[in-house]
Amino acid sequence: MPYRDLPADFESKYESIWVTPPNTELCDPQKVAQYYQWNLDELELADRLGFDGVGVNEHHQNGYGFMASPNLMAAALARRTPNNSAIMVLGNTLALYAPATRVAEEFAMLDVLSNGRLAAGFPVGTSMDVNFCYGVTPTETRPRFREAEELIIKAWTQPGPFTFNGKFNKLRYVNPWPQPLQKPHPPVWLAGGGSVETWDLAARRDYTYSYLSFFGAKFGKKLMDGFWNRMDELGVDRNPFRAGFAQQICVSETDESAEKEYLEHCSYFFNKCLHIPPYFFEAPGYRTRKSTEFAIKTNQPGVIAASAALEKNWKTLNEEGFIIAGSPATVADKLIEAAKTLRVGNLHALLQIGSMPHELTKKNITLFAEEVIPRIRHIWDDEGWEHKWWPKGAAERSASGTSIGADRSKSSPAASQA
Amino acid sequence: MTETTQQTESALPPHVTERLIPALAGRIQARVLVAGHGEPVLFLHGAGGLLWDPFLEALAEGHTVYAVEHPGADTESLDHLPGIWELVLFYDEILDELGLERVAVVGHSFGGMVGAELAANSPRRISRLVLIAPIGLWRDDAPIPDIAGVPAERLPELILADPTSPLAELLTPPADDPQALFEAAVRMASVLHFIWPLPDKGLRGRIHRVAAPTLLLWGEKDALVSPVYAEEFAGLLRSSETVLIPDAGHLPQLEQQQATREAVLDFLDRP
Repeated sequence: MPYRDLPADFESKYESIWVTPPNTELCDPQKVAQYYQWNLDELELADRLGFDGVGVNEHHQNGYGFMASPNLMAAALARRTPNNSAIMVLGNTLALYAPATRVAEEFAMLDVLSNGRLAAGFPVGTSMDVNFCYGVTPTETRPRFREAEELIIKAWTQPGPFTFNGKFNKLRYVNPWPQPLQKPHPPVWLAGGGSVETWDLAARRDYTYSYLSFFGAKFGKKLMDGFWNRMDELGVDRNPFRAGFAQQICVSETDESAEKEYLEHCSYFFNKCLHIPPYFFEAPGYRTRKSTEFAIKTNQPGVIAASAALEKNWKTLNEEGFIIAGSPATVADKLIEAAKTLRVGNLHALLQIGSMPHELTKKNITLFAEEVIPRIRHIWDDEGWEHKWWPKGAAERSASGTSIGADRSKSSPAASQA
Repeated sequence: MTETTQQTESALPPHVTERLIPALAGRIQARVLVAGHGEPVLFLHGAGGLLWDPFLEALAEGHTVYAVEHPGADTESLDHLPGIWELVLFYDEILDELGLERVAVVGHSFGGMVGAELAANSPRRISRLVLIAPIGLWRDDAPIPDIAGVPAERLPELILADPTSPLAELLTPPADDPQALFEAAVRMASVLHFIWPLPDKGLRGRIHRVAAPTLLLWGEKDALVSPVYAEEFAGLLRSSETVLIPDAGHLPQLEQQQATREAVLDFLDRP
């Protein structure tokens, strides 16, 4: 949900889209009122058109995502999605909340309010949000995340009241009212940028993991290969619904008309909305030694620098897979290839990109729902896996449950591994 | 107890010995460089890390220098040191292990903050205190720049009076070496662990306990920690004097070696 009226010289004049873009100078609340309405309208449209889920996420002090509280948006959606899509909150940045029982409470409220349709996203969060905007000590990012995850699951599953003596959360009485509707608890969707510790957590706790990136499947291949190799090492099955990925998608009548309609808005996104200096991506201590070693081994910094340096013309954006664009047939073919390459059963379709106006976004959502979803829904059917991470109260629209979420607000960029 | 790593072997002059000292019931080991003869001086370095430099060499000419490496190059150590209180206890234990009942302390930047905290915690233990451009206090009218939130190429102008000096190379690892960048980030992380997001962890409420006569030494052109903080510290300390070093930034001991060592040695050697 980017701010669509940034000045033309934004990226040369301002330090960053995130953390420091001056609010009174650049952000008109009147315009944001309109964006919020469009955003909810678009997600409600996706529900009516038969998407499996609608997604919201959390960012702070950010010109391309100003949903500081995704739970507020999710609450609105819970009441206005009659077609019973899953409510995908991907998610609440656990390390920011102490006591983390706040997340347990709000997610439980959402689960109850939506009749068991909540997918509970647990992202580690970006360094921008966690360290720079919320002042969490970088070296505490992961310890706080781990402790919060443990506390929330306990709060949802253990009879209260009980005592929790953590390092960051010390609570004499943990007893949230209510506990969630889904039992034992809403499915947990980890969201990350490729840190090894998060994969181990996914395996240990049997959570599904979504790799959230703006740089597409080609870039994500090494990461997801790493994920599946780790699952193999840990003796976890290769159920594709254990994994998801985010993709920016532009659908039009033809490949040619897609360029005409969407290029300007994609350029806006890659030039302005990803205008973030490298030092904000990773405060010293944000990433562990283990994950950094993996990043260096797979040359993530080099690849990200190379990606950043590319001129973001239509050809490059498509060839590199940063966007998947074109006619419904083209888009479906490329998505199938990407999903098979990465072995993912969950697709977070990012259908509003950059300065894309409301009408064009609705067109994108509509064409995607009507022309693309039917072509990709059943791609994993022949393997016969069960989707164990789908919210129990949400509609099951596909035989084996390939889930297609309309996650329109941008998620953590891949470049957070820089 | 003495062990020398390969890296330091090449970097350390022969008269400097390295000792590994256990602390926190053996949970952490402190790396201490020891050299010289005379009254003991504990040296606490800043965010750049521990280097045996000409300033320490000059101190060691008339003193026994104990330069302790800030712990936390591995995340495990940091798990045992959740905050400044544990860090101060860590240094108190190191002094016990080194058999230093009473000691002068010289601290630079972050090391100055730790030195002031240590002297506030153990006022009878610290005989004299030298704070070189210490952090630890905060003034809204003189905000200390976020060193994690500026491009690496800006560091020289924040830290040096002469950003074109060869010292600039010390400040930034080569941009094309991810491993070196990471090791530098780990060192920085181990300091940020104690000062994020602002270098104000309550020293203002404790510094009145410092009993040691204190020298506040500042580079006149310090663009990282403004010399106005010298006034701030002086206003809170019982007994202090301030020396401003011309043509020096945040590393006066390296940029103006002669003037800095004279001021420090003169102060330390007073009866």
